[in-house]
Amino acid sequence: MAKASTIRWLALGAAFAFASPTVQAQQPPIKLGELNSYAQWAAFTVPYRNGWQMALDEINAKGGVLGRKLEIVSRDDGATTGSATRVADELVNREGVSLLFGSFLSNVGVAMADFANQKKVVYVAAEPLTDAITMAQGNRYTFRIRPNNFMQVGMLVDQAKASGAKRWAIVAPNYEYGQSAAGVFKRLIQERVPGAQIVAEQYPALGKIEAGATVSALEQAKPDGIFNVLFGPDLTQFVREGNTRGLFEGATVLSLLTGEPEWLLPLKDEVPTGWTVTGYPWDEIKEPKHKAFVDAYRAKYNETPRLGSLLGYMVVNMIRDSIERAGSTDTEALIKALEDAKFDTVVGPVTMRGIDNQSSMGAWVGKLVLKGATGGMTDWTYKDGASFMPSEAEVKAVRKD
Amino acid sequence: MIALDPSFLAVQALSGLSSASSLFITACGLTIVFGVTRIVNFAHGSLYMIGAYTAATLIPRLLEFSFGPTAFWAGILASALIVGVIGVIIEVVLLRRIYGAPELFQLLATFGVVLVVQDLVVQVFGPEDILGPRAPGLRAPVDILGRRFPSYELALIAAGPIVLGLVWLLLRRTRFGVLVRAATQDRDMVASLGVNQALLFTGTLFLGAFLAGLGGALQIPRVSANTGMDLAIIAEAFVVTVVGGMGSVPGAFLAALIIGQLQAFGILIFPKSTLVVVFLLMAVVLAIRPYGLFGRAEVIGGTHAVGIASRKPQPGRPFILLFTVAALAGFPLIADAYLLKVATEILIFALFAFSLQLLIGVGGLVSFGHAAFFGLGAYGAALAVKWFGTSMETALPLGLALAALGAGLIGAFVVRLSGIYLAMMTLAAAQILYAVAFQWVDVTGGDNGIVGVWPSRWASGPVPYYLLTAALTLVAVLLLKRIIDAPFGYALRAARDSEARAEAIGLAIRRHRWLAFIAAGAAAGLAGGLYAFSRGSVDPSLLGISTSVDALTMLLLGGIQTVIGPLVGAGALHALRDWIMPLTPLWRLFLGLSIIAMVLLFPRGLVGTVRDRWEARA
Repeated sequence: MAKASTIRWLALGAAFAFASPTVQAQQPPIKLGELNSYAQWAAFTVPYRNGWQMALDEINAKGGVLGRKLEIVSRDDGATTGSATRVADELVNREGVSLLFGSFLSNVGVAMADFANQKKVVYVAAEPLTDAITMAQGNRYTFRIRPNNFMQVGMLVDQAKASGAKRWAIVAPNYEYGQSAAGVFKRLIQERVPGAQIVAEQYPALGKIEAGATVSALEQAKPDGIFNVLFGPDLTQFVREGNTRGLFEGATVLSLLTGEPEWLLPLKDEVPTGWTVTGYPWDEIKEPKHKAFVDAYRAKYNETPRLGSLLGYMVVNMIRDSIERAGSTDTEALIKALEDAKFDTVVGPVTMRGIDNQSSMGAWVGKLVLKGATGGMTDWTYKDGASFMPSEAEVKAVRKD
Repeated sequence: MIALDPSFLAVQALSGLSSASSLFITACGLTIVFGVTRIVNFAHGSLYMIGAYTAATLIPRLLEFSFGPTAFWAGILASALIVGVIGVIIEVVLLRRIYGAPELFQLLATFGVVLVVQDLVVQVFGPEDILGPRAPGLRAPVDILGRRFPSYELALIAAGPIVLGLVWLLLRRTRFGVLVRAATQDRDMVASLGVNQALLFTGTLFLGAFLAGLGGALQIPRVSANTGMDLAIIAEAFVVTVVGGMGSVPGAFLAALIIGQLQAFGILIFPKSTLVVVFLLMAVVLAIRPYGLFGRAEVIGGTHAVGIASRKPQPGRPFILLFTVAALAGFPLIADAYLLKVATEILIFALFAFSLQLLIGVGGLVSFGHAAFFGLGAYGAALAVKWFGTSMETALPLGLALAALGAGLIGAFVVRLSGIYLAMMTLAAAQILYAVAFQWVDVTGGDNGIVGVWPSRWASGPVPYYLLTAALTLVAVLLLKRIIDAPFGYALRAARDSEARAEAIGLAIRRHRWLAFIAAGAAAGLAGGLYAFSRGSVDPSLLGISTSVDALTMLLLGGIQTVIGPLVGAGALHALRDWIMPLTPLWRLFLGLSIIAMVLLFPRGLVGTVRDRWEARA
């Protein structure tokens, strides 16, 4: 019995091994390497994969780019720096991909930036948000699409001015992204809100929050403003515990990313209403291009889009445009095509600033509200990234290249 | 910062109690399963995760059907029962077939289950975290000294002692309980008295899985079911069972209480080093009480002494060596850059696994924390490069020295222990180092690690670095082989097979074991340093549990009773991973199934099984 069943499994494995895709075009396809944390951060990355898959299918249906089909070789990056650079090495050396894109966690993004610099290959950081990727650790091979911590925190702090909150508490996951966001917040709140002070800080390990203890430690400092960087399972625990204990009552709460459906939907009807957040009110954005994207996505996957879906879709389309403009997949040509390039995307025009390789994609800022059984955003506006970027002098001061 | 406000202290203590209760319910199952079957069940965390997912999916349906506390609590019980049945399936289909194999093999099989479950959960329940409903009737907070406290937490605080009481009744007042206790004390004696062991083990696995499922299901009003739950809980559950004494239910309860309070108040004192306190506690407890709070010295059974045996040297050894050198040196002629990279890594892992063989196969010292020395070697080399700007030639020996030093220090504590406690002490040491690397951001770079650790010019490029690795690995393996065959190695084997007799003939067991730790640590450190330079970076995962498990897996796959086993195992595992990962997004599933298949087909490891068949035929 045991042997028969194991043999069956082995046969299945072998079947997978030999079922390689057939190639028909005379021209070999252009290979792009993609890596992301599909197992550990599935809530974000699976919709993201759907997004890039949809873009890929559309591009290839129109004949690809430069007369060649696009092919994306996708891998799990294991959500650690070592595993990600190892996978990237495999993509570059064995699969021979023309460029790399993806990754989720900020610390992985920083390691990938170093890898790109070392191996002289273009890396498009899709999701990692830490400033380091385009600032202190930035290099000419690394490009970022999403607005970084400095930009998103800047948008939130502008909203905080009116609230009058002065005693701020910070809660952030204790790794690159959380540390970076907390650092930027401390700086900006003191620069832009006179008299503001930080009265409590909590840094639970990523994915390991002790929510009850964390909430009561924050409560103890009696803050009138709270800055939250938690996301994923940590966030749901923190919100439920904070709701029960009344931590958010009467306090101004600023929260990064909480308005994104991937983190908002799991909260169901316990959405902390009134939080000022960055997010993605996909159902209320009326621009025709965006609506077309949403309709196509829902028709293809029978599911509503997440921010990850939008990002995956945008990134692959921007890469396509860059390859077309570069006229080849040569790294130097690609860098030239990306620097200071303008892209016409689903969310409107986006520029890739050449000095720090940071795109001007913006974010939606609004307040959380309960809509039926789940949360959504209200009073939101789309803030274009261009006016929130760090100044050129600041970039020049920290970048080493 | 820390105001001694009594209401705050009370609420914090209550938070600690409710964490303790949840932790105890889960750890209790682990400790019972270990007590009876002697299996260190890595899959216990996976069962906990399945319990949470099942409850978070099932209970909302039940509540739609009839809203009220009855439906909620019935749903919790039903989820726990479902997980109990899954535990039975795992026992009948998998574990039952390998009770005869060395105990570590069963651990490997449960690790295969962990990998399989990780992928299956996403397939069955979807990628998104699932937040369960709140308990009806327990939504509103209660007022405690002017502060609000969730009433569900109070229910959880009560749940711990209730489960403790029920388990106590089950163990004291039923025939099943009598058998479980008897088997915990002396498994072989229970078997010789004609007790149906298969049934007993199945029942125990059911109980253990039921408790894991219950622990998970009870979490859903406070935690969303997510894919990281399994590994997050298993490390803590290990700590609880070890601190309490393996197999002791009251011990687990006390340990959970201590850990809950430590975490609740620890975040006030060290908001950034929450990870380290739990493992420090374990290290301190084991240093003072080598068998945990309520544990007893293990009766060393016959199955403990597995390891390499003495055998006559085979003829033609110089030729085999010559052939190996030629094959290694000639490999770059036929391989491309990527294949060389894989070969380099295989060689590094082979050395890593081989150094573990000296401890486990020769010394009988099962280490779950061998990553400590690998990581120390890697970090030692990387820190030398980062802070002192040394070249690779200096950094590699420095890494090796740091690893040897660490092994000397850890070994001094560890050699006083034996069996599972020894294994857990090494795990604690590795976890403490992991926490230091992770949270001492100024020196180690935290989870960003250290980048820019590249080899010297003459050794960079795939071919020179491969040759360097091959040469160093070969020399280190031959040295270790020499140690294994020397009187020192025989003394270690004597201590492994019979501590009492070895002591009686005047062997200084502890000193021998301590030296073995240093030798193994130094070799693992060399492997770690080579690994750091091959990748150009280090990060805390090199010190993590998964790296330790990698070494164990390679060793066991190859065969613990043979000298070349770990070398073959390293090649097999790494090649398998490299082959499967690009093929399918479900690579965890396939890797897990492959490990389970290998455990079932080659219960003595690849080399061991092949050799046994060959000798049986001869």
